[in-house]
Amino acid sequence: MAGNEIAISVQGLKKYYNNIPVLTGVDFQVKTGSIFALLGSNGAGKTTIVKILTTLLKPDSGKAAVNGFDLVAKPENVRQVISLTGQFAAVDEVLTGRENLIMIARLRHLNNPRQVADDLLKRFGLTDAAERRVSGYSGGMRRRLDIAMSLVGKPQLIFLDEPTSGLDPEARIEVWKIVKELADSGTTVFLTTQYLEEAEQLADQIAILHKGRIIAGGTLAELKKLFPPAKVEYVEKQPTLEEIFLAIVGKKEDK
Amino acid sequence: METTIKHFISDMVIMLGRSMRHIFRSMDTIITVTLMPIAFMLLFVYVFGGAIQTGTDNYVNYLLPGILLIAIASGISYTAYRLFIDMQRGIFERFHSMPIARSTVLWGHVLTSLLSNAISVIIIILAALVMGFRSSAGVLSWLAVAGILALFTLALTWIAAIAGLSAKSVDGASAFSYPIIFLPFISSAFVPTDSMPSGVRAFAENQPVTSIVEAVRSLLMGQPVSNDIWVALAWCLGILVVAYTFAMLAYKRKIA
Repeated sequence: MAGNEIAISVQGLKKYYNNIPVLTGVDFQVKTGSIFALLGSNGAGKTTIVKILTTLLKPDSGKAAVNGFDLVAKPENVRQVISLTGQFAAVDEVLTGRENLIMIARLRHLNNPRQVADDLLKRFGLTDAAERRVSGYSGGMRRRLDIAMSLVGKPQLIFLDEPTSGLDPEARIEVWKIVKELADSGTTVFLTTQYLEEAEQLADQIAILHKGRIIAGGTLAELKKLFPPAKVEYVEKQPTLEEIFLAIVGKKEDK
Repeated sequence: METTIKHFISDMVIMLGRSMRHIFRSMDTIITVTLMPIAFMLLFVYVFGGAIQTGTDNYVNYLLPGILLIAIASGISYTAYRLFIDMQRGIFERFHSMPIARSTVLWGHVLTSLLSNAISVIIIILAALVMGFRSSAGVLSWLAVAGILALFTLALTWIAAIAGLSAKSVDGASAFSYPIIFLPFISSAFVPTDSMPSGVRAFAENQPVTSIVEAVRSLLMGQPVSNDIWVALAWCLGILVVAYTFAMLAYKRKIA
């Protein structure tokens, strides 16, 4: 799945806000076609890294490149290949779902914006809601539309900044499925999360950001090696509330 | 280069179309920028007008310029609101991370402000015509009126941009417009300044609205325009340059 080409490379990245250090020397690499999870608590600097990598912020020092293009020198080339799904669903509330997608397709100068919109609406289960204004959408529907808007024009690299925060368990699993499908189709996915489980479920590579620095990184297996070997214990496994919730809701839908 | 220009224009058209849709889908905006000024006009002409001595036989003729400025001042508060919402909801960031002509994101709002205010000005003039407004102005005078109003709109739009780009809350983004909406009331827009107490009168005669109102009124009445038009233009250009500078500073602070 993951090739050996490098989609993102970051070296010694530093960023200050009003002389307060936010990033104090960040290094990592993301392989093309892989899912990379940046794990960290609130305020660790995850969003700052996403903003720098999507050309919204300039780093104070250090080097960063996307698909070989330097972010500071060649932002135009970077924007050609990336797409951003920010922390808050960046959708136009006044427009309908279809109008949102058509707008993005036209901004990307695609030949057939309506067709592109229809395909994505179908793929994300939004066809029935296509003519409704987004202000009436649920949180999960907004997030699906948000991600669909990021996929217009088939970018090679997608940034998802905390894509599941504020979503209910079903919508979250829905987003996970989308992310996995994206990676399967060859898209490189860079996501940030504060949920350990999310990183564990999705990521090929995980980096843990703490106080503006990557303190650990690697595959899940590699990270697990950093800790003492697992002991075998027998514990009665209680279902989590989430499992109960999903089981009940699932049953209802079967009827 | 040619495709860059082509893309710039098409991106701009998309941005303009988007925020014009916002206006046409917002009952609130339509009521505030067209129906409210018309209601003011009705109120002043048919309720207060009989008691106001302006020295002109037709009060609608006297009143119209001030009403147009109030409409524009209310209109630009929505420009600030739309800009603020775009910044806050992350749509700005989405656009800025896309391969588009970046400046169209901000200029789309500016163009929308000019176009939508032009539309409400035309609607209000039509309503005034129904109420008995008559003008003896020729084509050139009308063009001059359009020019002054466009410049006034542009100047206020950049003030709105400062508010929209630097506000911390939705209320803050549109609150700045209230004093501007209020300015015409302390000017020669509704009553001649002669009747005001000297302190108020000094303010009224030297604030920008009076010169703009007087210039537009003279042009519409087919009277010779005095110095007022140059004072009006100087005010508009001055505000425009200062507001644009500060708006750009606010914009650069937000966008790397």
